[in-house]
Amino acid sequence: MDITVDVKDITSGVEVRVKGEIDAYTAPKLSEALYPLSKREGIVMIVDLTEVSYMDSTGLGIFVGLFKSVRAHNGVFTLVGLSERLQRLFDITGLADIIDIKSHAEGGVE
Amino acid sequence: MSQAYEYIEMKIPAKPNFIGVIWLTLSGIASRMGFTYDEIEDLKIATSEACTNAVQHAYKGQDHGQVKISFGLYEDRLEVMVSDSGKSCNFDEVRQGLGPYKNEHEVEFLREGGLGLYLIETLMDEVKIHQHEGVTVFMTKFVEGERVEMDAKTLST
Repeated sequence: MDITVDVKDITSGVEVRVKGEIDAYTAPKLSEALYPLSKREGIVMIVDLTEVSYMDSTGLGIFVGLFKSVRAHNGVFTLVGLSERLQRLFDITGLADIIDIKSHAEGGVE
Repeated sequence: MSQAYEYIEMKIPAKPNFIGVIWLTLSGIASRMGFTYDEIEDLKIATSEACTNAVQHAYKGQDHGQVKISFGLYEDRLEVMVSDSGKSCNFDEVRQGLGPYKNEHEVEFLREGGLGLYLIETLMDEVKIHQHEGVTVFMTKFVEGERVEMDAKTLST
């Protein structure tokens, strides 16, 4: 089980590519990388999950936390590139209605 | 319901990095039983949630302790039991904080944890939680075609 988090600066914010599995074991690495960034005033954070093969509620919890933090600092938080499996997790938990999720076609990172 | 089944039991140290070992075993068992890819993913997430719960809450980050995972393999279903022998928490309390997020919730009030049990209940067909010495999560998932057949039988009789 492993995870890599690539952060790239873009105009007005960051584009983050996450690769691997997000669970209780790898989650701390993800939050350590992204929480400090989420506190920048007005940040635009786009998180690409195309290469995430697995995620459980630990991952959902982290994205809720990031979303809250970015919003609290007047920023914009967007998730892109969710597989059907990941999308389903956001759907059944009701998070899909709250967090902004875009498909690749809608301008995700390719 | 007395019915023949095969039984597999594993014990892992209560640390998050061992949950992957359970996944591998679970995937092997479930694909042998004829579960679909999606069902195996559901099983994986539910089992992982139960294990994570046992590791995180039961032992509160302490290194000692073990989590026991048992699999009961039936013709038509797989039963997965995850138990810890650590401290128990009040599951009714936990349960009350469960459920999907609602759009009307203010952003600040969104819960970051507590989704694990909700996911287990959504992804599995039956879930029971026992609480005695520790906490035991008992989950059942039916092999898809089989359950439809069983329901049909019940209906026709």
